[in-house]
Amino acid sequence: MIITNIESIPNRKIVDHFGVVSGSTVRAKHVGRDLMAGLKNVFGGELKGYTELLSESREEAMDRMTAQAKSLGANAIVNVRFSTSSVAAGAAELYVYGTAVKIV
Amino acid sequence: MVDIIFILTPILLGYIFGSIAEKNHYKSIQEREKKFMRLPTISLKTPLNPDNITRSRLVVGNVVISVDYFKRVLAGLKNIFGGNVTSYETLVDRARREAILRLKEDAKGASEIINLKLETSSINKSAQGTIGSIEIFAYGTAIYRK
Repeated sequence: MIITNIESIPNRKIVDHFGVVSGSTVRAKHVGRDLMAGLKNVFGGELKGYTELLSESREEAMDRMTAQAKSLGANAIVNVRFSTSSVAAGAAELYVYGTAVKIV
Repeated sequence: MVDIIFILTPILLGYIFGSIAEKNHYKSIQEREKKFMRLPTISLKTPLNPDNITRSRLVVGNVVISVDYFKRVLAGLKNIFGGNVTSYETLVDRARREAILRLKEDAKGASEIINLKLETSSINKSAQGTIGSIEIFAYGTAIYRK
């Protein structure tokens, strides 16, 4: 599965479109990480726990998108976009969408 | 008296550790930016020379960074007078550069990264509506050539 965020795949030809595919996850962080984040709010610096959490969640969302594309018979996804929104205090929704295509 | 200590301690701790952390972070950012000088990251949508491209793939990089307590107090004061909130400017600048560096680390062996997109979201909003920590997410398409 080839994924890009441009409209095409360089040096490959798109032969078929399958429409928009998407995947999303809503994740909340656990208490331990929250506590550490509270400390970091005093000292400043990177919140590694959150960085990992968000990248894992994005991967999960991308996996769901890829699974959807595969079930349609696509072998690539182009023009992928990400969006993040906080749905409730302490939980974030990570949404990824793109166009499933078949390339040769 | 005890109250004053309670208020001042986080500010002082934030000032000391925050400024050390920021200095070290800038140093490491500059070093790594030099290392990745040969990997251009552009926001154009089409590769400049499409001839010898072998493959392309999505690359990502993200960072969540928090402002220290001293800067938060400083920014709170700035809210009264207005003007540039320098303490938050450096925070966002550091986070963006870090996210782009992680994107480049993800794209090992690529000749360029095109269509770079940057997304900012503030997570963990505190009650007063000031930003506690921000996430910067960078993504683009890595181009591999022969």
